[in-house]
Amino acid sequence: MFEILHTRRLTPVTKLFEVDAPLVAKAAQPGQFVILRVHGRGERIPVTITDSDPEAGTVTVVIQEVGATSKMANALEDGEGFHDLAGPLGEAAPLREMGHVVCVGGGFGAAAILSILKGLQPKATRTSAIVGARTAELVILEDRLREAADDVHICTDDGSAGFKGFVTEKLEELIASGEPVDEIVAIGPMVMMRAVAATTAPHGIATLVSLDPIMIDGTGMCGACRVTVAGETKFACIDGPLFDATQIDFDELVRRNKSYRDEEAEALHRYDDAQCRAEAAAAAVTGP
Amino acid sequence: MPVISPNKTPMPIADAKERSKTFREVNFGYDPKKAVEEADRCLRCQDPTCQSGCPVNVPIREVIHLTSQRRFDDALALVKRFNSLPGVCGRVCPQENQCEGRCHLGDRFGPVGIGYIERFLADWERMHEPLPTHKAEPKGQKVAIIGSGPSGLTAAGDLNHMGYDVTVFEALHDAGGVLRYGIPEFRLPKEVLDGEIDALVRDGVSIQCNVVLGKTITLDQLMEEMGYEAVFIGTGAGLPRFMNLPGENLNGIYSSNEFLTRINLMGAYRFPDYDTPVKSGRRVAVIGAGNTAMDAARCAMRAGSEEVTVVYRRSEAEMTARVEEYEHAIEEGIQFKWLNNPIEFLDDGKGWVSGMRCIRMELGEPDEGGRRRPVPVAGSEFVMDVNNVIVSIGTSPNPLLSRTTPGLDTTSWGGLVAEDATGQTSREGVFAGGDIVTGSATVILAAGAGKRAASAIDKYLSEKRG
Ligand SMILES: Cc1cc2nc3c(=O)[nH]c(=O)nc-3n(C[C@H](O)[C@H](O)[C@H](O)COP(=O)(O)OP(=O)(O)OC[C@H]3O[C@@H](n4cnc5c(N)ncnc54)[C@H](O)[C@@H]3O)c2cc1C
Ligand SMILES: Cc1cc2nc3c(=O)[nH]c(=O)nc-3n(C[C@H](O)[C@H](O)[C@H](O)COP(=O)(O)OP(=O)(O)OC[C@H]3O[C@@H](n4cnc5c(N)ncnc54)[C@H](O)[C@@H]3O)c2cc1C
Ligand code: SF4
Ligand code: SF4
Ligand code: FES
Repeated sequence: MFEILHTRRLTPVTKLFEVDAPLVAKAAQPGQFVILRVHGRGERIPVTITDSDPEAGTVTVVIQEVGATSKMANALEDGEGFHDLAGPLGEAAPLREMGHVVCVGGGFGAAAILSILKGLQPKATRTSAIVGARTAELVILEDRLREAADDVHICTDDGSAGFKGFVTEKLEELIASGEPVDEIVAIGPMVMMRAVAATTAPHGIATLVSLDPIMIDGTGMCGACRVTVAGETKFACIDGPLFDATQIDFDELVRRNKSYRDEEAEALHRYDDAQCRAEAAAAAVTGP
Repeated sequence: MPVISPNKTPMPIADAKERSKTFREVNFGYDPKKAVEEADRCLRCQDPTCQSGCPVNVPIREVIHLTSQRRFDDALALVKRFNSLPGVCGRVCPQENQCEGRCHLGDRFGPVGIGYIERFLADWERMHEPLPTHKAEPKGQKVAIIGSGPSGLTAAGDLNHMGYDVTVFEALHDAGGVLRYGIPEFRLPKEVLDGEIDALVRDGVSIQCNVVLGKTITLDQLMEEMGYEAVFIGTGAGLPRFMNLPGENLNGIYSSNEFLTRINLMGAYRFPDYDTPVKSGRRVAVIGAGNTAMDAARCAMRAGSEEVTVVYRRSEAEMTARVEEYEHAIEEGIQFKWLNNPIEFLDDGKGWVSGMRCIRMELGEPDEGGRRRPVPVAGSEFVMDVNNVIVSIGTSPNPLLSRTTPGLDTTSWGGLVAEDATGQTSREGVFAGGDIVTGSATVILAAGAGKRAASAIDKYLSEKRG
């Protein structure tokens, strides 16, 4: 059991967890992830290490609800725990010694880029963060990002905070402004990472994206996470998760991630059903 | 002397049709009467060749003699001096190539059911009082075991009994290695494996799951910061190989490791009670013909598939699976297409595999290994309709640990270099054994390597103590 020391609701669908995991905290490098299980019959799901504190022995993860397991995870509170947590997994992000690195984050990715920004902080690198959300309330960890990055650009679809538009439009603007950009790291929904890749390709700027195929073990043992990069099959859990954005077969990845759509829908339905029943039962006990 | 049956006492077994839809164990096991009846068939040979057929030299003749005298505890205690996992090995050893393959009775009749007797003894213990264990005086030295497969568990058990302070580190959330994630319930019930692991823990071995050596901690940290004076590496050969054929990443194509892990480790056959799903469509093709392929095929049948076909580029004679599993697979309705090889996977238009283009093969000249090399027959291509494909053509050692550990010599195929008799690697105090050293082999070879390494570690640490 890995105790959850502290939680914070960031948005209606994202939650931050500070977990007691001293060995992982000590070893964690920017860009790596952990695999966790919520309960003893649960799935193993990969989540990025947002932050880690080797002294306190804690790792921070941010989970966005997309299906049954992430919902179950986000129902956990302070003092409860994850049944299992293994890591840090994957290769660390390469950290440039100088130049200008732009980290782009959407959804949980806004949190996931934090570890990379923090990793770059002691270096001579200039850092910018571009994070996107639908609307102002869904912007997460802005304070932490501002501490870690030299510049933070918030983008919202409705313009309720910062720049009105997509992260890629902001990115395009930044590149067009003439400020040199040496590397881009994008983490978030596949559509976003794909759009970032398409934006940077004409400019020839090195771009890394963090791929999120379905995983099981996370140690190279199953091959569920295989992705095609530069025409070759790679295992994202040991060769990645960060890969050169221009070389990725995104269509294949999007398609493979839909493999269990029916089962995921069934699991979500069952979970929501059980929640409803539990709430109804609780209401019946407390009475009107 | 009573009249002795020329044939092996039959193993009571579940009906093929019924069992092919459940994960309950196929073989029910002998009762004491049957075990004694089978033990009585042994000729107590002057030269018990059976023993030399066993990779760890279990003194089979004596074990069987004790069994026929109903001294089951003594018989088991004797087995355990050579093989710490009799309940597992009795079930999964390829006895036909090992102990039973060398039994004198086998020349004219069926060999003595050595495996069945061994498993009976272990099951007997599980159903009764566990044998008392003798633990030596604590030696005050810490040993780390990396990987909880049969090699690691065996080394851990032995070193613990010798008085060392033993911790097993396992990457997955549950211990057992292939015995947990690979070999299915109907062949090796988790209850049996849990029994073996619980016994180790009861005796004082600490097992820490969710620790990936090379990632969570490094080997150097173990030895320099955490006070482990010796390390045994038994990380297996778990990296699945693919064929690099067009369409291999289509939806619905699994490695056997993924398919079996979903089912065995993650409990996907009980989805949605367990959260991890698995797809096992109407028609499934399994490529390869080793134990892993047989397990994948039989799991697919049990997970709801109707037509399961094993496709192998060589012939029946070159198949490497245990004979009993092959026979059981046939009884359960698995089909076999020998001398066929896939060359391409076909898309249903929506990204799912729907067909497999194959080519027929014929056997040509023998290769370096002495097996006749399969060569394609020109113009013999055909398409098989499939909903899922399970690629089961072998595995290689996982590079996670060797990549992050300086000074560990590896072979050209990624295995660790270790002395056969001791498991000694290129680094002082670091020993290795099992599939990580030999490449994919067997449970008993891995267990035997763990045992030899445990003695070598004892010798090394004794000298260090002075
Ligand atoms: C390296 C990596 C890092 C990630 N980091 C984060 C993170 O920091 N925060 C976060 O919220 N999410 C992260 N994810 C995604 C997260 O793992 C999935 O959202 C989660 O597994 C979904 O599980 P579910 O049961 O809630 O949803 P499901 O209903 O199972 O699935 C919903 C969607 O999630 C994807 N998915 C399902 N199972 C898995 C799986 N085992 N592995 C990967 N994707 C899966 C599927 O493509 C599906 O479209 C990361 C994924 C990877 C591979
Ligand atoms: C499906 C299948 C069926 C089989 N059937 C039979 C059979 O019937 N009879 C038979 O004799 N043999 C059989 N075998 C072969 C046999 O199971 C193996 O030879 C044997 O398990 C090897 O044991 P091992 O201890 O070397 O490693 P494994 O059993 O492979 O265990 C290695 C363990 O180390 C862990 N590990 C790996 N890397 C790390 C790391 N960096 N840090 C921490 N832990 C790590 C793994 O997670 C795993 O748990 C079968 C194999 C498979 C896959
Ligand atoms: S360990 Fe295996 S080979 Fe040896 S006697 Fe037992 S069943 Fe036979
Ligand atoms: S070879 Fe066969 S008959 Fe002879 S001792 Fe061994 S088991 Fe008994
Ligand atoms: S998740 Fe199993 S190999 Fe990558």
